[in-house]
Amino acid sequence: MASPSRVSDRGPFAGYELDGAWDEMFDSSGEPRPHYQELYSRLLAIPADELRRRKQAADLAFLNQGITFNVYGREEGAEQIFPHDLLPRIIARAEWREIEAGLTQRITALNLFLQDIYHQGRILSDKVIPREVIYTCRHYRREMRGIHVPQGRYLTVVGTDLIRRPDGRFVVLEDNLRVPSGVSYMLTGREIVKRMFPILYQSCGVMPIDHYSQLLLSTLRGLAPREVADPTIVLLSPGIYNSAYFEHAFLARQMGIDLVEGCDLAVHEDIVYMRTTSGLVRVDVIYRRIDDDFIDPLAFRQDSGLGAAGIFNAYRVGNIALGNAIGTGVADDKAVFAYVPKIIKYYLGEDPILENVETYLMTDDAQRAYVLDHIDEMVVKAVGESGGYGMLIGPHSSTEQHEEFRRRILADPRNYIAQPVVNLSRAPCFVEGQAHARHVDLRPYILFGDKVTIVPGGLTRVALRRGSLVVNSSQGGGSKDTWIIHE
Amino acid sequence: MLSRVADNLYWMSRHLERAEHAASLIDEHLNLMLDSFSIPVDQRWTRVAASLGVAMPDGPVEGIAQTLTFGESSFSIVSCIAAARENARQVREQTGSAMWEQLNRLFLAVRGAAGENQWTSDPHEFLKMVREGAHLFQGITDSTINHDQGWRFIELGRYLERAGALAALLDVHFDMFADLGPSSELSEHLEWVGLLKSCSAFEGYCKVYTADLRADRVAEFLLLNTVFPHSIRFCMERIQSAVRSLPEGSRKATARVVRLTGRLRAALSFSNIEEIMSAGLHPWLDNVRRQLEQIHVGIREAYVDYPIERSVGA
Repeated sequence: MASPSRVSDRGPFAGYELDGAWDEMFDSSGEPRPHYQELYSRLLAIPADELRRRKQAADLAFLNQGITFNVYGREEGAEQIFPHDLLPRIIARAEWREIEAGLTQRITALNLFLQDIYHQGRILSDKVIPREVIYTCRHYRREMRGIHVPQGRYLTVVGTDLIRRPDGRFVVLEDNLRVPSGVSYMLTGREIVKRMFPILYQSCGVMPIDHYSQLLLSTLRGLAPREVADPTIVLLSPGIYNSAYFEHAFLARQMGIDLVEGCDLAVHEDIVYMRTTSGLVRVDVIYRRIDDDFIDPLAFRQDSGLGAAGIFNAYRVGNIALGNAIGTGVADDKAVFAYVPKIIKYYLGEDPILENVETYLMTDDAQRAYVLDHIDEMVVKAVGESGGYGMLIGPHSSTEQHEEFRRRILADPRNYIAQPVVNLSRAPCFVEGQAHARHVDLRPYILFGDKVTIVPGGLTRVALRRGSLVVNSSQGGGSKDTWIIHE
Repeated sequence: MLSRVADNLYWMSRHLERAEHAASLIDEHLNLMLDSFSIPVDQRWTRVAASLGVAMPDGPVEGIAQTLTFGESSFSIVSCIAAARENARQVREQTGSAMWEQLNRLFLAVRGAAGENQWTSDPHEFLKMVREGAHLFQGITDSTINHDQGWRFIELGRYLERAGALAALLDVHFDMFADLGPSSELSEHLEWVGLLKSCSAFEGYCKVYTADLRADRVAEFLLLNTVFPHSIRFCMERIQSAVRSLPEGSRKATARVVRLTGRLRAALSFSNIEEIMSAGLHPWLDNVRRQLEQIHVGIREAYVDYPIERSVGA
């Protein structure tokens, strides 16, 4: 790793350091990259006090709008302000095009994969993926075998996490194919940053993202199983104590659809209704923001009070569409992730445009032995978890924790994968009145309708703690606005 | 509109109306207390508590206003604002973003240390902030969202709460100060002014009757006036107009709500104050309060808590 060097001693960048990670803003000689030039010179021209004032104004806007999330394991309903960084993260248009092409390819292949494994299972017969990998997936849903999903679309909304390696290449860290969240922070963050830097925003020629909600609505409408002029679409939320409730309410309002909870739904003779002030109204499409397990106590977890009894039967007979379909989690299992390059090749006959982060399967003897020997250099993750829960970051953990994870891996190899620690790229963040380098990732949101649509940008997540590589909001992460601009 | 959403909008509005009313009442009584010849302090707060429909809080009498404002009870001003915000949070996609923002801002300003510090330095400013915050919320509500069903449930909550609070307030006041005439003590006179002021009614009253205060006129103004927004009749007209525009939920339950509101509205439209006073104000107000309660229950049964079988296939 190169020794830290300073880029500049000017303005907010005094003391800003570069290290072995790719810096989004500065090249290795400490010069701002061309697409960051405008932001750089603008920031130097804004007095320090003014920057602080804007930071406070932005924080206040977040507080007053109640842009919050809940953290599990704390007092119920303890809302936290979503930490948002003032400085936008900028990506050049040319580079974005490649990301877009890579994600489109990836999602198209994953949808074909889901269609296949819940029907003929060709990819399994052809031994591209071992059967046991699929059938041991926690999120594989046997109940979905042979069920026709509307338009053959298993995936409706996907959030794929990308990171940038020290060599500057974007690679895929994981796919979120069940109920990806965070898009509301992308949309509200943009509104606020636009207000903080109106001139800069205009002069940069940032590509707009405001049409996301309309795109989502028409994608959902495309799923309607019934020929009606105006299908009833609802967003099903677990309710206000869910960590993403703000987002559920936000999206429902933006789309002008009803936000329902399980208690608002009733299923009668395989038709789903919602309770309204004018009696029961038939529902056609459910954008569900609750997990498979909780959607229907008759079909899945019996103790779930969040869904509605009978939804799955209505789904099976084709009276209701769900976005995303049930059982999509099998394709974002972290062990299946390792096979995605093969999946792309198998269904599309193409090489993947976006590489995967190297992934070791603990069921493979050689790979496991290697990981157990090098666990202090690895990130070990439980395959069915997300949100930064149930993982070990080797270099930042104690010997006891290493031992603990070695034991867990040996006890249940199928449940873990390991990835080498990737030094995520860094971008300047405004912390305590100065710009400091913090590690970031990128989650673009992909809508799968008649075609694949990706609004230009996404959620840049930031590890706000110095040196930290964990960007999840539940683990002290924040977000940044993401600008795609013409160079 | 979802039944759960209608219910939350209704309660959001009721809770906020209640906070605003309590703030006006407490503010006015803190003001009346400043006069040296005013009535005994404990008697005053017993009356305020009774008007708000809560038990007289324990503790030293100097702290009662603060308890009514910040207390743990679900009827304190801060509890009501928190409850209104919680209702709004449950249906955030249905309240306009500006509405939510204003309610959230009010909540953040009154709760915890920020609110108590403000109270300690100046209770009047604090209560004024509550009232202005509630007025701003109502203004935003009326001028930024569609005047559709959701708005009508907000109207229902606001005016049912207001009518009930007015009936309670008048009942308690007339129980203590039955009459007002040239021979009355100055302190009594001030209490009548206070009654009007706590309903923002003093200036409105003077426009109609001049500053010549008389008990039956005060009652007439707060009960039967057609143009003053804090009269029970005005409230009933708004309630009736909201009820008429609601969808036909279940025919029978809806018809009941229409009948109940029509009956009370008619009683207010065709009564005159002499008859009411000679028959006794207390039983009359009691009857009004009972009918308001029936309307509240009727609305729930027609739109929120109906049995499922009744409307399958509808």
